Amino acid sequence: MTQRSATDAAVVFDPATIDLLIAELSDRGYTVLGPRVVSDAIVYGPVTSSSDLPVGIRDRQDAASYRLEDRDDDAVFGYVCGPQGWKRFLHPPETTLFTAAADGDVSFPPPADAPLAFLGVRACELAAIHVQDRVLLEGPVADPVYRSNRDRLFIVAVDCTEPGGTCFCASTGTGPAAGEGFDIAMVELLDATHRFLARAGTDLGAEVLAALPSRPARSDDQEQAGRHVAEARTAMGRSVDLDGVEELLYANAVNPHWEDIARRCLACTNCTMVCPTCFCTTAEDRPSLDLASFDRVRLWDSCFTLDFSYIHGGPVRSSVSARYRQWMTHKLASWHAQFGTGGCVGCGRCITWCPVGIDLTEEVRRFRDTDLRRIAVPVAGPFPVEGGPR
Amino acid sequence: MTAIPTLAVFKFASCDGCQLSLLDCEDELLAVADMVQIANFPEASREVAPGPYDIVLVEGSITTRHDAERIREVRRQTDVLVTIGACATAGGIQALRNWSDVDGFVQQVYAHPDYIDTLATSTPIADHVPVDFELRGCPVNKYQLLEVIAAYLHHRRPNVSRHSVCLPCKRKGNVCVAVAHGTACLGPVTQAGCGAICPSYHRGCYACFGPAESPNVGSLVDHLRGEGVEPGDLVAMLRGFNAWAEPFRSASDRIEEGSRA
Repeated sequence: MTQRSATDAAVVFDPATIDLLIAELSDRGYTVLGPRVVSDAIVYGPVTSSSDLPVGIRDRQDAASYRLEDRDDDAVFGYVCGPQGWKRFLHPPETTLFTAAADGDVSFPPPADAPLAFLGVRACELAAIHVQDRVLLEGPVADPVYRSNRDRLFIVAVDCTEPGGTCFCASTGTGPAAGEGFDIAMVELLDATHRFLARAGTDLGAEVLAALPSRPARSDDQEQAGRHVAEARTAMGRSVDLDGVEELLYANAVNPHWEDIARRCLACTNCTMVCPTCFCTTAEDRPSLDLASFDRVRLWDSCFTLDFSYIHGGPVRSSVSARYRQWMTHKLASWHAQFGTGGCVGCGRCITWCPVGIDLTEEVRRFRDTDLRRIAVPVAGPFPVEGGPR
Repeated sequence: MTAIPTLAVFKFASCDGCQLSLLDCEDELLAVADMVQIANFPEASREVAPGPYDIVLVEGSITTRHDAERIREVRRQTDVLVTIGACATAGGIQALRNWSDVDGFVQQVYAHPDYIDTLATSTPIADHVPVDFELRGCPVNKYQLLEVIAAYLHHRRPNVSRHSVCLPCKRKGNVCVAVAHGTACLGPVTQAGCGAICPSYHRGCYACFGPAESPNVGSLVDHLRGEGVEPGDLVAMLRGFNAWAEPFRSASDRIEEGSRA
């Protein structure tokens, strides 16, 4: 994929052109997925015209709270990010991997036929897709399901100009402007004239843009877009200092604050389900009653369940504090060593969708406040062994 | 040819809904009949074969001295005893009597209270005899019931998860009713198995599959109190079909103690 420079052939079009963009992608054989209002939330799913899009709607997000409101303008992308990211389309929550018959015959389901186009990918979400690329494609074995969805993917990104209450992509360095890896990126400008400033990131993106009616971008378009995105950077609802967070968490493996989190944590798995980078799965064999065949089914799993760490004799992480520590330490610290990138993209979903509003950014602050390295007794060391065989 | 395994179904204090789940397996029923000989299942057939049996499904809770004796006899007649449903695994909705004066009820309801011989409590089967597997739900999920029967027949562990309802709810792509609608939902502390039916229809989970593994009911209660849910309503939420399950029982007792204090 050839990455073009961000300002290469920037163009401006009016909101009605969004319909033409959807039509152009459909004509090229893509199933277009974008934001829609479903069950009082902005949920990504199939869109066929701009009438499917959440025009004039915004979301208000805070810890354990999400509400939609009417805007006083016709913004098309005037919300932050939906309850779940794009993960479920690339790395589906339930996939039949193969069917095996008692006679030895094994059959694999065919890959999805239509390629996907994502409309309205936020910078944090784009970064999350790149993190999952590292995990699911660039390891020793590439995941065939993810690869078949990912290889033919077309991405229309939208830079953020109005971050939400739980956003902190400025702290994770993943937004608010879309980094690389998109086919087209847009900024929605709501000033005197409602319009979109669009740039191509790939040759294919440039080809699609060229098929749409537009005018070349002027310096005032660029200036306005730049100003709004820069303002967004300072308007994040949350922030977190990730400087030295790996050492911080490793050195605080036995900090009593983990127990404080465990008193609130429900171990319900919501943070991991909504996290756009969490990738863990389990597999189930589902035999027919007569044992003539079985399906092997892959399901999203979570490090917050007991079964997740079950090895012979019992679960390795029986306490909730150990499970939260595993998740947070992996996400913010050991992910770097394992995948060469951080696991958190600052989308804030784990804060918004935690049923009791546990805030990752606040917990990092609490570990800084209670950092065991500032206490005289050296306590850092290997993680304590707990549980043991039952 | 060896005889196929025998299956028997026994009912205690219950509504029969769980054993009817077996008859609900219309598409799979012939396959089930090929796998097991249904030796004792009065809801399905008047033909009753004597024990011992290979697998026994027990529905209902223990509410009389007679039933407390009968369950011991059932246990003696089977290799594998699987309890099915909220009554058998937690005491059921009738366990609300455990907080009340049963004698008072009997005096008020019956013309001849002296005819009534009942215990003061409704308790799960596992309080009386060893149980090999507890299948939750009010009623149980028929696919889980088939899975458990098939697993025991094939000598493998059933694929029945103990984690919360939230995991399958999110896999389905549901919008969280608690966070997005402000609906009080017990999904985070309730065991999966129903397929997240209630949140799929925009209502809160009311815990008919009982407590999940490591349920932090206290934290959810604190959060719901902060959202303005009244203590009395919280007690009513927790004292449903699985009221006597320990995590719900103790959490609801603590709320009552707290509001008396």
